[in-house]
Amino acid sequence: MTTNIIETHALRRVFKSRGGDVEAVAGVDLAVAQGEIFGFLGPNGAGKTTTLRLLATLLSPTGGAATVAGHDLRREPDQVRRRIGYVGQAGGSDPEVSGRSELLFQARLYGSSGKEAAARATELLVLMELESAADRATKTYSGGMKRRLDIALGLVHRPPLLFLDEPTTGLDPQARARMWTEISGLRAGGTTVFLTTHYLEEADALCDRLAIIDHGRIVASGTPNELKRQIAGDLVTIGVGANHESTLELLRSQPFVREASAGDEVLRLYVDRGEAAMPAILRLLDSAGVELKTIALSRPSLDDVFLRQTGHSLREEAA
Amino acid sequence: MKVLTDTGLVFRRYLAILLHNPWWVAIEVIQPLLYLLLFAPLLKSIAGVPGFPRGGAYNVFVPGLLIQLGLFSSSGVGFGLIAELRSGVVERLRVTPISRLALLLGRACRDVVTIVFQAVVLVLLSLPFGLTLTWQGLLLVLGLLVLIGLLFSSLAYAVALALKSEDSYAALTYTATLPLLLLSGVLLPLSLAPAWLRAIAAANPLSYAVTAARAIFLNDLGQASVVTGVLIMAVLAVLASAVAARAFGRAVA
Repeated sequence: MTTNIIETHALRRVFKSRGGDVEAVAGVDLAVAQGEIFGFLGPNGAGKTTTLRLLATLLSPTGGAATVAGHDLRREPDQVRRRIGYVGQAGGSDPEVSGRSELLFQARLYGSSGKEAAARATELLVLMELESAADRATKTYSGGMKRRLDIALGLVHRPPLLFLDEPTTGLDPQARARMWTEISGLRAGGTTVFLTTHYLEEADALCDRLAIIDHGRIVASGTPNELKRQIAGDLVTIGVGANHESTLELLRSQPFVREASAGDEVLRLYVDRGEAAMPAILRLLDSAGVELKTIALSRPSLDDVFLRQTGHSLREEAA
Repeated sequence: MKVLTDTGLVFRRYLAILLHNPWWVAIEVIQPLLYLLLFAPLLKSIAGVPGFPRGGAYNVFVPGLLIQLGLFSSSGVGFGLIAELRSGVVERLRVTPISRLALLLGRACRDVVTIVFQAVVLVLLSLPFGLTLTWQGLLLVLGLLVLIGLLFSSLAYAVALALKSEDSYAALTYTATLPLLLLSGVLLPLSLAPAWLRAIAAANPLSYAVTAARAIFLNDLGQASVVTGVLIMAVLAVLASAVAARAFGRAVA
């Protein structure tokens, strides 16, 4: 019995083009647990959106297998559709139609009666704080309002799993922070969220677990902290007055130190968990009688992870 | 049945969107109206020449004009769909469990209703010019227009889904509709055409619809040409809607 709401095995998608076949998704294995916010991180063209479209039944896989929300993606796409919500990059509302009409129509598509649809539409308009704009055409909405309506459209049928394709791209910082609150709120309500992003801060702040995709392959996955630790661990920089060499040897022999090197006036230690290593280092140096001048802890950012895994920085891509 | 319920939902949505901007429906009637006012009088003087079908200028010209209306009105529907591909509406609907056939039929029904409405307006405006038509004839010709609307709006949607760009869509539809129109005898009956032109026109399915519509307007409802025209349009409409429904199932923005 599995509690994974998404499981894929060697999922592939090849696009035919004039220049030959392009393997946009090249054998992706994913496991997303129920109730988590799972982030899919990668530069443009890495295969993020294609993977999302495969999982949301918008594209059919060229190879591999996947179970989404308890149903086989290839054999029972209709069952999958009933249990997922999907918010694409472009959104999905007609500029000439009002937010309420869009919600009513969406609810009817999932089989609600007119009365149920009206109640659900009102409920979602209140939840997303769109009541005052409910009967206006969506072309009058701000970017943040439009995004909130898009998410409301994805939630109409109370799906256990919601796909969000770059939910905060193009939003101003305030609207982005608001969107993060909404998405965290969804998890609190028991909804699993699978989102793509190319913002590292977003992945770091919002996601329980992440997968980094590049050239159609998953190059790393884990919690944001695990990923950061994977690359080199935390960096502890120590300034000692004397006994440079012997102190270095002493520290290097400790089991929690992965790597140690001496620089100008400082020693650099890569450790697994900086917060646990710091007190141990302090005790060790104290009992060895080494005079400590400075000590600093720095953590690798997800950008370091990304750079290490893909060979290029995500920041350059996003800019 | 689910397809019917879904089709009804999609139809009501797109009808509501259309009624939001009802002027488009009227604007599409202006063009055939201009033909009626500024072109049909020319036919009056040649209605007596050998080879011109019987029935008088307006009973020969208006049926063709209705077919042209059906063709033009439905060939424009792809523009709206391309805008919807861009705004993500098509993708949003495709993620719901709605029937793929309903995604097409709901839209196409809206287009067919528009065409039928426009056709009735055009027929009413033609009556003062001396057009004669029975009730049965009117119903039959509207039925033929339903098939033509379904055929060409399905094709328009399939093309729009394939091309995804207004520019190439416009270029293709304008290039495709003109020969279709010229080779159907809409403007002047093909009975006036040289043999080689008639031979090419025989390969154009729309020419059978025009012939059928003219027979209907002469009240020859049981004629073989009526049956042939209706059958050809019915078969092609079913094929086109199957192709377009498949395209909706696979559309990627």
